[in-house]
Amino acid sequence: MSELSEDTKQKIRDHFKDYPTKQAVTLPALHMIQDQKRCVSNDAIKEVAELLELSASQVHDTLSFYGYFRTEENPIGQKRIWVCRSLPCMLRGGEELLAELCERWNLLPGGTTPDGKVTLELAECLGACDGAPCILVDDELSLNMTVDKVESDVAEMFR
Amino acid sequence: MENGTFEPVLLKRIHQKDSDKLATYKADGGYQALKKALAMKPEEVIDVVKASGLRGRGGAGFPTGLKWTFLPKNVEGPIYMCINGDESEPGTFNNRILIEEDPHQVLEGIVIGSYATKATRVYFYLRYEYGRCYRTLKKAVDEMYANNLLGKNILGSGYDLDIVLHRGACAYICGEETGLIESLEGKRAWPRIKPPFPAIEGAFRRPTVVNNVETMACVTHILQHGPEWFQSMGIAKDANNPRDAGSYGPKLYCVSGHVNKPGLYELPLGVTARELIDVHAGGVWKGRKAKAVVPGGISMGFMSGDELDTKLDFSGPGTVGCLGLGTAAVIVLDDETSMIDALYNCCRFFAHESCGQCTPCREGTAWSTKILERIRAGHGKLSDLDTLQEISATIGTIPGTTICGLADGAAWPIKTALKKFRPEFEEYIKSGKRSESKVLAGAH
Ligand SMILES: Cc1cc2nc3c(=O)[nH]c(=O)nc-3n(C[C@H](O)[C@H](O)[C@H](O)COP(=O)(O)O)c2cc1C
Ligand code: SF4
Ligand code: FES
Repeated sequence: MSELSEDTKQKIRDHFKDYPTKQAVTLPALHMIQDQKRCVSNDAIKEVAELLELSASQVHDTLSFYGYFRTEENPIGQKRIWVCRSLPCMLRGGEELLAELCERWNLLPGGTTPDGKVTLELAECLGACDGAPCILVDDELSLNMTVDKVESDVAEMFR
Repeated sequence: MENGTFEPVLLKRIHQKDSDKLATYKADGGYQALKKALAMKPEEVIDVVKASGLRGRGGAGFPTGLKWTFLPKNVEGPIYMCINGDESEPGTFNNRILIEEDPHQVLEGIVIGSYATKATRVYFYLRYEYGRCYRTLKKAVDEMYANNLLGKNILGSGYDLDIVLHRGACAYICGEETGLIESLEGKRAWPRIKPPFPAIEGAFRRPTVVNNVETMACVTHILQHGPEWFQSMGIAKDANNPRDAGSYGPKLYCVSGHVNKPGLYELPLGVTARELIDVHAGGVWKGRKAKAVVPGGISMGFMSGDELDTKLDFSGPGTVGCLGLGTAAVIVLDDETSMIDALYNCCRFFAHESCGQCTPCREGTAWSTKILERIRAGHGKLSDLDTLQEISATIGTIPGTTICGLADGAAWPIKTALKKFRPEFEEYIKSGKRSESKVLAGAH
C-alpha cells in the first residue's frame, strides 16, 4: 500500500508548474506530509523521490538538513510548541519559560508528552522579539508569554 | 534633532482597519506607483531607484539600483527575482509586521522591481515560522491575480509576472542569499562559493536578483514620490569619502530587550541609539541604565552604554567598533545583565545555525560556545579569553576562509564583548562565579 494518498500525490504534482525543476518541490512536499502525518516516514521519502524523479538519498539529504522535519522514529505530537531562547527573549525570561515548561511537563526540549498531544521545542529567534518572550504554536506566533498563559492556551487547544 | 514629528511612510497604514486588503490599499492611492513604472522603460525605473540612493535593508546595505544593473543585458530565457523573507537575525521583526499589516505595499514594490529587472517570476521565500504572513500574502496575491496586477498583461502593459510563495523550514542560513537559492531548489541550504554572484548565475542557474522585503516596500514609495523626496530623509553621503553611499530614506528600527516599549519604530536613517531608546521606546525598563546595545542584530556586536550617541545609519555603528547597521534590530541590555550570559547566548546561536561547510566557522562557533559554557559553569581560565579572541580574529574572513558572512557575524559579538567588557569577564573567571541563568541541553 502506498504511504501517500493519491490526493496528496496530486497536490505535490500541482506544484510542478511553479518551478523549472521537480527537485524544488521537495520542501513543499515534505511540509505537506509532515503536516498530515506528524513525521516523514521512510516510505514517504521513497515515494516523494519517485514523484520528483530523485533518489531517496537526495530527498533524505534535504530533509536531514532542516531540523524541522521528523523521521518516523521520532514523530511530533498533535501540537508543536516552540519556545524562543535567543537574546531578546532571553533578556525577558525566555530561558526560564522554557525551563519551567520542561519541568512542569517533565520533558526535555524536543520531547513529546506521553499522551502524544504536545511536543515542546526550543527555538532561535522567532521574529517576534517585540513580544518577548514568545512562542510558536505550529506556525502561529504568540507574544508576551508566561508559563500560566502557555498552559491555559494548551488547555484551550484540547478542549 | 529629535524626530518626534516624523510622518511614517512604511508604517503609515498599519493601524487602519483592513490595512491588508487590496480595496483599502487602492483607496489610499495604492498601485499608482506601479502604473507610473509601467509607463516608463525598465531601464528608467532602475535609474530612479539608483538616483534615490536606496540601500538594501536586509543587512548588507548594498545599493539596490546598482545591484539590478549587474544582470546581464539581452538575456534569453528567464530572469528570477527572489524576495528574502527569511528574517531570522535575532532581534529582527520588521518584515513580519510589514507583511502582516500592509502586504500590498511590499508586493507593489516587488512588481515594480521585477518589471525594472525584466524578471518573469518571483520566488517569495518566507520563513516557515511566519504562518500568519504566509496566509496574508496568499490572500493578497490572489487578490492581485483577480485584479490584473499579476499574471498576463499586467494593467494592459504587455508585461507578464507570476509570484510563487515558497516556505522555508526553520534555518537561519536560508537568509544568506545563496543559501536561500539552494534551499529554494530543494537542497540543503549550503551557501555557494561566489563568484558567480546570483545576478549572473542564481536560482536554477539563471540570472537572479535577491532583495529584502523592506527594500521592496521602499521601492514603491520611491516610484510614487521620487528620488529627491527619498533623499530628503536620512544622512547624506560624506563628501570626503568617495566610498560612502549615504544613508537615505526611512528605516524600520526593531527595538527589543530591556526597554519599556519594545516595538517597531520608523524613523529617518541616522537616529541616535539614545533617542531611539529614550524618546521612542520609552527608556530602559525599571529605571535602569543601558549597559550594552546591539545596533543591528547580534551579528553586528555590542555597543557599550557610553556609545549611545552613535547615529544608527549605515556607517555609524562602524565608528564604535561594530560591524555595521545590519538589520537595525536594536537590542537593549540593562546594567544588571551579565555579559557572559549575553555572549554565550550569541555564540550558541551561531553554533546552532552554522551550516558546517567551512572549517573555521563550524569549529569556531562550536568551540567558542564550549568555552563560554565552561566559564559559566565556574571553570574558566583567564587564558580562555585569549583563545576566544583568537577564534574571533580568524573565524571568518571573506573572501578567504569561509563561504558566507555567517562566520564574520559570529566573530563580532565576541570581539566587541571582549574589547568593551573584558574586566567583567576576568572578574567572573577569577571569582569562580557560576551563571544563574538556566541552561537546557536540547535534542534539537
Ligand atoms: C548568515 C546570513 C543571514 C542573512 N539573513 C538574511 C535575512 O534573513 N533576510 C535578508 O533580507 N537578508 C539576509 N542576509 C543578507 C542576504 O544575503 C542579502 O544580502 C539580502 O537579502 C539582499 O537584499 P537587500 O539588498 O535588499 O538587503 C543574510 C546574510 C547572511 C550572511
Ligand atoms: S561561513 Fe559558516 S554558515 Fe557560511 S557557508 Fe561557511 S560554514 Fe556555512
Ligand atoms: S529573540 Fe525570541 S522572537 Fe526574537
